[in-house]
Amino acid sequence: MKQTRNVEELQGISKIIRRHIVVMIGEAKSGHPGGSLSAVETLVTLYWDVMRHDPDNPEWPDRDRFILSKGHAAPVLYSVLAECGYCPIDALNTLRQLGSIYQGHPDKRFLPALEASTGSLGEGLSLAVGLGMAARWDKRPVRTYVMLGDGEIQEGQVWEAAMFGAFHKLDNVVAIVDYNRIQLDGFVKDIMEVEPLAAKWQAFGWHTIELDGHSIPALQAAFAEAASVKGRPTVLIAHTVKGKGVSFMENNPKFHGVAPTKDEVAQALKELA
Amino acid sequence: MEPKLELKLGMATREAFGKALVELGRENPNIWAVDADLSKSTYTSLFAKEFPDRFVSCGIAEANMVGVAAGLAMGGKIPFAASFSCFVMNKGFEQLRVVVAYSNTNVKIVGTHSGISIGEDGPSQMSIEDIGLACSLPGFVVLSPADEVATHALMRAAAAHVGPVFLRTGRPKVPIVYGPGQEFEIGRAIQVIDGQDVTLIATGLLVAEAIRASETLAAAGISARVIDIHTIKPLDREAIRRAALETGALVVAEEHLVDGGLGVRVAQAIAETCPCPMEFVGLTTYAESGTPDGLLDKYGMRAGNLVAAARRVLERKA
Repeated sequence: MKQTRNVEELQGISKIIRRHIVVMIGEAKSGHPGGSLSAVETLVTLYWDVMRHDPDNPEWPDRDRFILSKGHAAPVLYSVLAECGYCPIDALNTLRQLGSIYQGHPDKRFLPALEASTGSLGEGLSLAVGLGMAARWDKRPVRTYVMLGDGEIQEGQVWEAAMFGAFHKLDNVVAIVDYNRIQLDGFVKDIMEVEPLAAKWQAFGWHTIELDGHSIPALQAAFAEAASVKGRPTVLIAHTVKGKGVSFMENNPKFHGVAPTKDEVAQALKELA
Repeated sequence: MEPKLELKLGMATREAFGKALVELGRENPNIWAVDADLSKSTYTSLFAKEFPDRFVSCGIAEANMVGVAAGLAMGGKIPFAASFSCFVMNKGFEQLRVVVAYSNTNVKIVGTHSGISIGEDGPSQMSIEDIGLACSLPGFVVLSPADEVATHALMRAAAAHVGPVFLRTGRPKVPIVYGPGQEFEIGRAIQVIDGQDVTLIATGLLVAEAIRASETLAAAGISARVIDIHTIKPLDREAIRRAALETGALVVAEEHLVDGGLGVRVAQAIAETCPCPMEFVGLTTYAESGTPDGLLDKYGMRAGNLVAAARRVLERKA
């Protein structure tokens, strides 16, 4: 695959990824479009620009790792991995079907290119700090990226891992909170407020960067800043819009976990043309 | 009567675990220890002293500890994550399910202070559900050594095995059952004493009690076989089938709740191969504070309880 720093190219790839997400969830008739669409620019920037990885050598020991702790956003990860060349694009529409490599939540047994099987919220950051610790001991240049949902950080284990990451000075770990402000039951502020979010991470000892999670230049700058921080891990609080790119899904709690109908898919594809 | 075979008291299985871990750490730089503020009790402190860079302090946070261990395993390490069995198995169970069992990571979980023989600390610290929990996880190997010799050998087997392992150890010093040359293989039960009338199947510190019970029964003219199930999963179904076939009556003894423990696994095995009458020696509820010996007496985990169970099952034997 060809990596790029070109913002327009990355925006173009993001649009392709969004189209995959809408179509595959529409075909599956179930899934989580909102939190997949909000995460697109982050994953595209990571996979096409920031991360050192090689689809022709997926077991490369020095590759950077990405863990999707908010595993319900599997469609964005599948679409990205497929466009990178890790797995077939034409099978994306088998999402959630019996035997598909594209299981409802990321399942490494079916798709070995995944770094981790996820789906039970709150567990990915612990994996990331464990991986970071192993890589540091081995003196490998590996950096580990882990994406968390904003609702997900209501899980206590996240804060156990946050304490651990700072205490053990794991500056090769970067967490991204996809702060789209909506969880299954509604708006995060109404279910279990997570604010003051940046102050929480700062208090836990993390270098904290707030940014527009749909701005590719902002993401590029934030990942570069994270790479320069020594002695502590970094968290990106990526302010995003749930359902980004599809007007009727944007900021609409209904599309946390409901698939678009055929007509809605057609409408969405018009908007994403 | 006095047992013919006087069992010498050895070290606690948790201490044998800690020593074996240091030995493994010397041989293999990929061996790590992960602990949750109990290293002095779990004996991972021995490893921490010799290999501070491969000792991971997690603080009192078992869920994260299991996740960190899985992350280390994903990074090519062989982590032994240790805590009181009740804490790592219960607080860490969801993580054991998702990032260890389902994800098939090469994580070794060591539960110490299992059973009621932890003593004075009482039921909140007593792990009497851990065998059931560990056995419910697909792909897990579940080991339950009877003494220091077994612990040492099974630790080596656990490190060599690729995949999740749970090793169950205890707090008190326990009698030495095995000679130094005894061989252990994951999944192969050990017949400690041969016998024809009834079989006493035991695990952990109940193995020594079963040996004593067998001697008492022998004095009464009853020939009792004793089998040590040091590997609860995968279960040695063939040794159990043979015992059922050849002796026609089984007693299973464990320092664990009868529900979900070794006994029900043995019952399933013989139901599918060679059904025969069974009796169960184990716990049916939470215990209390007390000395380990006082608790084992009160909650019926003694040779005398096995003898009584053997007599009951022999009455039902056709």
